[in-house]
Amino acid sequence: MQRYFLSRILQSILLLFGVLFLVFFMVRITGDPAALMMPRTASPEQIEAFREAMGFNRPLIVQFVDFVRGVMVGDFGNSLHFKTPALPLVLERLPATLQLATAAMLMAMLVGIPLGLIGGLNPGSIMDSLARGLALLGQSVPNFWLALILISFFAVKLGWFPSFGRDEWKSVVLPAFALGLSTMGQLARLTRSSTLEIRSEDFVRTAYSKGLHPRTIYAKHIFRNVAIPLVSVIAVQFGYMLGGSIYIEFIFSWPGIGQLLQQAIGWRDFPLVQAIAVFTSLAVLALNLLTDVAYVLIDPRIRYGIR
Amino acid sequence: MAFDNLNFSHEPDSLLDKERTWGDRVRYLARLLWRDRSGVIGVVIFLSVVAAALFAPWIAPYDPLAQDLRNSKQPPVWQEGGAWDHPLGTDNLGRDILSRIIYGARVSITVGFFGVIIAASLGMIIGSIAGYLGGRVDSVVMGFINLLLSLPYLLFVVFIAAVLGRSLLNVILIFGVTDSPIFARVTRGEVLRIRRSGYVESAICAGARWPYIIVDHILPNLIGPLITLATFEMSAMIFYEAGLGFLGLSVPPSIPSWGNMLAAGRKYLTSATWIATMPGLAIMYTSLGMNLLGDWLRDVLDPRLRRSRR
Amino acid sequence: MDRILEVRNLVTRFYTLDGVVHAVNGVSFDLRRGETLAIVGESGSGKSVTVLSLVGLIPKPPGKVEQGAAYFRTEQGRIDLLQLSEEELREVRGGQIGFVFQDPLSSLNPILTIGEQIKETLTRHLNITGEEAKARTIDLLAEVGIPDPELRYKAYPFQLSGGMRQRVVIAIAIACRPQIVIADEPTTALDVTVQAQIIDLFNHLQQTLNMAMIWITHDLGVVAGLADRVMVMYGGRIAEVAPVDDLYERPAHPYTVGLLGALPRLDSKESKRLVSIEGTPPDLLIPPRHCPFARRCRFAFERCWREMPELTPLGPEHRVACFYDMERGGPRNE
Repeated sequence: MQRYFLSRILQSILLLFGVLFLVFFMVRITGDPAALMMPRTASPEQIEAFREAMGFNRPLIVQFVDFVRGVMVGDFGNSLHFKTPALPLVLERLPATLQLATAAMLMAMLVGIPLGLIGGLNPGSIMDSLARGLALLGQSVPNFWLALILISFFAVKLGWFPSFGRDEWKSVVLPAFALGLSTMGQLARLTRSSTLEIRSEDFVRTAYSKGLHPRTIYAKHIFRNVAIPLVSVIAVQFGYMLGGSIYIEFIFSWPGIGQLLQQAIGWRDFPLVQAIAVFTSLAVLALNLLTDVAYVLIDPRIRYGIR
Repeated sequence: MAFDNLNFSHEPDSLLDKERTWGDRVRYLARLLWRDRSGVIGVVIFLSVVAAALFAPWIAPYDPLAQDLRNSKQPPVWQEGGAWDHPLGTDNLGRDILSRIIYGARVSITVGFFGVIIAASLGMIIGSIAGYLGGRVDSVVMGFINLLLSLPYLLFVVFIAAVLGRSLLNVILIFGVTDSPIFARVTRGEVLRIRRSGYVESAICAGARWPYIIVDHILPNLIGPLITLATFEMSAMIFYEAGLGFLGLSVPPSIPSWGNMLAAGRKYLTSATWIATMPGLAIMYTSLGMNLLGDWLRDVLDPRLRRSRR
Repeated sequence: MDRILEVRNLVTRFYTLDGVVHAVNGVSFDLRRGETLAIVGESGSGKSVTVLSLVGLIPKPPGKVEQGAAYFRTEQGRIDLLQLSEEELREVRGGQIGFVFQDPLSSLNPILTIGEQIKETLTRHLNITGEEAKARTIDLLAEVGIPDPELRYKAYPFQLSGGMRQRVVIAIAIACRPQIVIADEPTTALDVTVQAQIIDLFNHLQQTLNMAMIWITHDLGVVAGLADRVMVMYGGRIAEVAPVDDLYERPAHPYTVGLLGALPRLDSKESKRLVSIEGTPPDLLIPPRHCPFARRCRFAFERCWREMPELTPLGPEHRVACFYDMERGGPRNE
């Protein structure tokens, strides 16, 4: 088991280097990062001075080593807009994003999983149609559009929830729902299909043949097996929410990392964009490691190295 | 009771069974069609969007760029103040929303179609090389692909789009390149599976050369899963293109696209909801149709799945 | 004779999208205290569905027990299993009737310890504490021949070999000292040597615990060293019932003859090619009005295509549903 974790950690470190390389490469994709980051009105002299100041005229390999070394000690470069280190700016926005993502994930889990379970246990029932409808809806409704609709109906017309900002608890409801709907649909779909599969497993028949109550069978034999594939989907989706709440945060003026990203792009503040990309990828990698731990806890087959 | 793994010895596909009457057979076919009715809906929706894109100049009642400031923010026909001359209403500059949506389908279909072509071509090349050569090449390539697939996709797409700037070609290239890993992964998996199967081994034993094996044995097997994947990915690209447009990172604002329309409509959410609602419905319609189509293709093209779904 | 279970005219159907599957069509049989009854037939002959119908273990829907009775003699008196509520049936299942299924790997929950899976049967049916249940579980593991039972208590199914897993499944079946154990192809998924061990274990347990056993199989070879009586099923009906020696010596149904011919014989001098029964099992979607085996029968004559044969006695315990008399080589006299 230690070997398993060790190899996963090594893999994550390699992945991190891959991310750093990608991010480093991406701002240089046009060939001239200085021109990219300066306003379009800047004169050639100004751009030249900027290139000098940022060290873009050094050999690429030196720049890359410098960049990696900086990330190692937590120096993600300076924001051009704020003229301060980028990492604290990102960290400052982290709680808002985490709050939004957590609320969205909770909503998705609390609705999606029970609906999928009930649907999977009673295929063809009304609840089953509901679960499948939700899955299809979650797949087809763009969250940025859903956010606009929610605002125009629940905020503007009915006035039940605020249409933007982050203050009282009510303000998180609409953005969390808009962000969580697709995950909700995905969880409903996956829970349903894996419940359908598990409930026709032989060991469920064995459980019935023991005379156990259906409640016990659902909770102990079916749900614990259904939960295994859910873990990885929840982790992946949570990772996407950390990086993918950009529309939602933009529309609801939610002061999180997504909004910062959108602003940074508007300011052409690419060092800040870089910092956000690296930080979010790091969070996703850490999340993946946590998922591995969760797997070991709920699936004994992994604990003993069978899978 | 909640399991269904008992064996019955009946053959549901035995349409030709002599003991069956014609009534049985007709009823059986009707059941099959009825079960696949969602696929029919998917095909109809998809074709209608493609038709809108292809024949936009002939279908659209107005020039999508023609402004008419006196008739700006006219509501759709079913709302008070709406009229049949602009069935879905007009936007803040008085442009006909229906015409703009029809023209917007062009951007969506173009991005989706060419994006998928590029992604599938790149992915198939990378995936079949990795799957065919195996060994160290395979593990390096797959390691990199798994890295790309584990990243927060949207963030990186937005990042690249911001660096490259707004143009249709850029958007297509971005999706084509960033979406190729998923095609590579599927291709590699299928190639590995087919390569290990008996008939390819016997073809190799019979002295067949590898280009022949790829063309004659591997490609035909790949087409089913790849077409299904392509449908879902095209739907996702249409989705993401609209999202980029919404952030102002897709095609230039002068081109009518669903994302650009949404971005413009956001400002009038309180006074003229329909400006943002209509393009959103168009995205949803397309995406719903393509998901239904994809589900159906998956069932039809993969007989193993079709069997288990019964 | 002390009958513990009497099944009368059982009819079970499945209402599927493709039509009504006539899985069991009027099956009657008895089970005596302490005996082993083997039910033999191809897959789809209705042998599993017959037994699972008795205890409400067929999937409902689409399955439905249409008619029949199954009188089960318990200490409290005679009850009809088919009239019991789901709740009452739960008391019977695992308590008075134990089950062993085919594949020991898939019939155990992969993520629970085997100890937990045995223990939950005990705590469900007996009024005992967790500690007592654990001690009983360890005793049971020893009883079914699992070495180091204390250690194995915490093992997961994937950590055991196929034979050991089947022993665990048997321990679950006998945990509450049932009067009947139903074993559905319990050795099919195992290696031949392990098969023999498991059959020995069953024989041993049956003698020490004095329980009746229904052994479902498609393999007449396994039956010889194990069963007291054999019931051959075809197309959801009984084709032939006989004491095991009678059946091997004087098979009266062409289908039984076919099954016996399909057995590899170790004692024959010349190496004969294996005989298999030609044709496919009947389509249960279209129940025939004539003998269901007629299509595949070498001896079928005009009457077989016209009438459904009833079970008729040949000897005190030997009954067959066939119009053809094997011994005389012609149609049977009424």
